[in-house]
Amino acid sequence: MNNNDKIEKLHNKLEELYELTKEQSIDFSFEISELEKKLTTLKENYYSHLTPWDKVSLVRMSTRPVAKTYIDHILDDFIELHGDRLHKDDKAVIGGIGFLDKIPVTVIGQQKGATTKENIERNFGMLHPEGYRKALRLMKQAEKFHRPIICFVDTPGAFCGIGAEERGQGEAIARNLMEMSMLKVPIISVVIGEGGSGGALAIAAGDRVWMLEHSVYSILTPEGFASILWKDSSKAKEAAEVMKMTAKDLLDLGAIEKVIPEPLGGANAQPVEMADTIKALLIEEIKELLNLDVDVLLENRFNRFRQMGSSMYSS
Amino acid sequence: MMRDLFKKTKYVQMPIKQKQVDIIPEGVWIKCPNCGEILFKDDFDKNNGVCSFCKAHHRIGAYDRLSQVLDEGTFVEMDKELSTLNVLNFPNYEEKISKAQEKSNLEEAVVTGIGQVGGLSTVIAVMDSRFMMGSMGYVVGEKITRAIETATKKKLPILIFTASGGARMQEGIMSLMQMAKTSAALAKHHQQGLLYVTVLTDPTTGGVTASFAMLGDIIISEPGALIGFAGPRVIQQTIGQKLPEGFQRAEFLLEHGFIDRIIKRKHMKEELHKILLLHSKEAFYE
Repeated sequence: MNNNDKIEKLHNKLEELYELTKEQSIDFSFEISELEKKLTTLKENYYSHLTPWDKVSLVRMSTRPVAKTYIDHILDDFIELHGDRLHKDDKAVIGGIGFLDKIPVTVIGQQKGATTKENIERNFGMLHPEGYRKALRLMKQAEKFHRPIICFVDTPGAFCGIGAEERGQGEAIARNLMEMSMLKVPIISVVIGEGGSGGALAIAAGDRVWMLEHSVYSILTPEGFASILWKDSSKAKEAAEVMKMTAKDLLDLGAIEKVIPEPLGGANAQPVEMADTIKALLIEEIKELLNLDVDVLLENRFNRFRQMGSSMYSS
Repeated sequence: MMRDLFKKTKYVQMPIKQKQVDIIPEGVWIKCPNCGEILFKDDFDKNNGVCSFCKAHHRIGAYDRLSQVLDEGTFVEMDKELSTLNVLNFPNYEEKISKAQEKSNLEEAVVTGIGQVGGLSTVIAVMDSRFMMGSMGYVVGEKITRAIETATKKKLPILIFTASGGARMQEGIMSLMQMAKTSAALAKHHQQGLLYVTVLTDPTTGGVTASFAMLGDIIISEPGALIGFAGPRVIQQTIGQKLPEGFQRAEFLLEHGFIDRIIKRKHMKEELHKILLLHSKEAFYE
């Protein structure tokens, strides 16, 4: 029996005891508290030893909070804005404006669906070029009104399809990368689930990139990686082990600034608590970034990427 | 039995394999990988790697490209010695690198430097698909970034010839970060009002398309070059239907408005010279 099954079994037992207490008014409080303790220890142990593949699976679960969950909890008076003004409104990304503790901000979030039906509507969080162009339009608007930008990253990758190529998927991502390096307002990106390839980077080229503890961020999905390198997408699990895609890996590599600890059971189990943690960190950091001179902000942003990985060559 | 003797047997017709093989370096004769015609190697070389029958523009090495475009003896290479270290300890990566170095006689998948086109100075970077399919890891991103920064500092234009399968898998997230790094360096060049021309050659896909390849003030392509974000095989697997004829070829991108011009290899130098001249200081005074 693996850890996950053990947790499941204990959970069920606890549920039974709760029921019994209610129905037959027998006092099981001692048993319950013992079991609860055991469950917590087991969970703590389990969630602190997740393999990279466990994490990939965890963030792909339908219980994982999506961008909208956080936007609703973190922002006051959120107003959603639609469309790229060129082709259409890409539902795989949502954007808009709202207050972060009285600071007006622009928020952009790659949006997976909570249900299968919504997932189909949201294209599983895979953006078309119009999605990246909508994001850029809103970021430029933020710059005009001196609003900081918050991005929630959660995508397996940019969508692969005929329409996406016809409308310039590569150009759309490239344009975002170049424009984001020049935007005169602070940009903070938080990887909340899956950060896949250039499709994630296109809204994560800002001043700070943070990852939730169990989220992953990689050059490609493990499936795609295995397919390219080993011509076998079923080796995704093996790929995840060598890809260095966990939050801790990226922090060690210097590719991100912060790992945000998740509550017990992951953000999946306690979305509100998770949102509160993110909110507090965002407020603090945005206030600090807003104090910076624009030239300093932009120079730091440039150097963030310029200096990354500088031990990776010999000359 | 007798009947079998008169039966017309249908033989399977073998199509000519469109294998993306390197043009066989030795030997007098070579076979065009596109149309299958047998070509005299000297003619093929004189023709700059273009098949004289089907006009297919085959992949060529970075130094051949440089000699086709730059004035003789003007090229000064930069960062030639920069080579990749496997700091992430990806299995078998060193072996792959040494093999690629042996095969291509290059340290990495891009050659950068300064040279002249018809007497006009420019920074130039040329990618080479023979080196791990021109994939972009840290060193490729770094060499291109340094080339862009040199152009910005010296107030020169930059030409980049792309040829790449995309970001290099073995360097993981750090390969991805090269997309942001090169794009940010280009933004600085752009803000100085300097010219950036990209020439997309076969193949230009993935992370290179989604960064510097698509950011040129002027984007040129060679005929028939494969250009896209996702590779055709991946798209076909994703959508489960056959891709239309000519999909993701240079002509397709021209039609959809993502490149400015398609230029044949034999006219490339002349075309680039004209563009450089139109953006040079001399253009204002003459």
